[in-house]
Amino acid sequence: MAEHKRIDEATGTTTVGHEWDGIEELNTPLPRWWLWTFYATIVWGLAYVVLYPAWPMVNRATEGVLGWSSRGDLVKEMAADAKRRAPTVNAIAATALADLPAQPQLMQAAVQGGGAAFRVHCVQCHGAGGAGVKNLYPSLTDDDWLWGGDLASIEYTVTHGIRNPDHKDTRTSLMPAFGRDGILDAAQIGDVVSFVRVISRQEKASAASARGAALFADNCAVCHGAGGQGGRQFGAPKLTDAIWLYGGDRDSLTATVNQPRNGVMPRWGGRLDPVTIKMLSAYVYSLGGGEKGLAPVAEGTGADGQP
Amino acid sequence: MATKPAEKGFSHKKVERNVTLLGALALLTVAIGGIVEIAPLFWIDNTVEKVEGMRPYTPLELAGRNIYMREGCYTCHSQMIRPFRDEVERYGHYSLAAESMYDHPFQWGSKRTGPDLARVGGRYSDEWHKAHLIDPRSVVPESIMPPYAFLADRDLDTGDMANHLTALYRVGVPYTKADIAKANDDLAAQVDPAAGLDLQKRYPKAQVRDFDGDPDRLTEMDALIAYLQMLGTLVDVEKAAPQERPSETEVAQ
Repeated sequence: MAEHKRIDEATGTTTVGHEWDGIEELNTPLPRWWLWTFYATIVWGLAYVVLYPAWPMVNRATEGVLGWSSRGDLVKEMAADAKRRAPTVNAIAATALADLPAQPQLMQAAVQGGGAAFRVHCVQCHGAGGAGVKNLYPSLTDDDWLWGGDLASIEYTVTHGIRNPDHKDTRTSLMPAFGRDGILDAAQIGDVVSFVRVISRQEKASAASARGAALFADNCAVCHGAGGQGGRQFGAPKLTDAIWLYGGDRDSLTATVNQPRNGVMPRWGGRLDPVTIKMLSAYVYSLGGGEKGLAPVAEGTGADGQP
Repeated sequence: MATKPAEKGFSHKKVERNVTLLGALALLTVAIGGIVEIAPLFWIDNTVEKVEGMRPYTPLELAGRNIYMREGCYTCHSQMIRPFRDEVERYGHYSLAAESMYDHPFQWGSKRTGPDLARVGGRYSDEWHKAHLIDPRSVVPESIMPPYAFLADRDLDTGDMANHLTALYRVGVPYTKADIAKANDDLAAQVDPAAGLDLQKRYPKAQVRDFDGDPDRLTEMDALIAYLQMLGTLVDVEKAAPQERPSETEVAQ
């Protein structure tokens, strides 16, 4: 391999001085625009190192003179949004839940905020618009309530959930598994089901329903009421209407008496702040079936509660 | 580029013509890049600080996690809440590095078709999870998730969980001797509140109940729901010390 630099005649460019079997390499200079772009990236890199977190040190990276961090950005963004919402949120926080309906503008804001929270946290079970899921989760749009449909009851249910085993304030009750645990035999369950179908006006009274009436009085009336009108302190549904969470036909009723479902709802007290829960309660209340509680409440919110 | 023919000592020409020297110097150069980028991850607070409440997975949760990986859940679901307002408002507090410390491998995921699951624990009831896994559209009409109904029919067959725990122990998961010895018993004990093992003492916050509504059998559904119900429930994020403290002036703005 020879070593000699020379000017290439055809191009007028210097060679790099290497030659392998007569093949030489031109030392063409880099295009100026490329070279300056390259220098600019170096300057950019140096500026970045000074301004932003860059070099890892003993416990953390250098912070950079701007003090930027993605978590700091989040804090700022959340704070800015909290400030934007503050007037409404503070007003709702300062108003007792029962007094909300008396202030239509505030109630409307609460219903809208509750609707937004509902679409994030609640639709997975209760369905879009609170329509529920057949045979699994109750509709919130009707006026049939398991645990009460006034604002305070709804707020309690949302805060503490239903049948949360590890939470002492949760709403709880346990319908016995009359069939599975052998409290009633199959014939007796058939009789009770007949009676329930009679009081819900799906069947005519029969000998079976007459036998079932006695069994109902002994086993079921303590929670569901003597006439099957339901008992909200136990979340025991009303059995005399046409609204059935787990089905009102003979097979479904038999299955429920045999092995009850005892549905569970998560508690939101630990996950959502009190104002959000208040707004959620207002939203659910506004879905159509809201009941007047002890405190006087005014009419006037949209029936469907949709913003 | 420029090579001076008369150059002595260290020169470009020398490096270019000595392949061993070139290799050694190339390795050194790449190593510096690697050390600067990788090594600090082993000591800076941001990535190694422990938070209170983290514990290794119980054997049942681990079995559920294996099903999660077997079925490729991670291809659609991430387990990594990023510190952005839209994610924090939907999924909860952003994920901390320590929350993945016992994950081998981690399940952060790289894309979301379904929602993030880093804090899905306790969000839904067991019954909801079962209904959703059997037929996602029965509870979420617009869902495009495939059904996993077969999980409820398949008995959980994990092999020897003691071996599994031992393997994890060797890569740094602090299982105790008792944990490993009782691994197979723990598996069944977590779905049987009457079993009365000291499971909850060794694994704080472990949820003990029948998860799939079928107390007679231990199914893959039990394991997967047990895993889903514990995700994100161990650490009290509000109490955990912030590892990247935004500067005072920044917050004041």
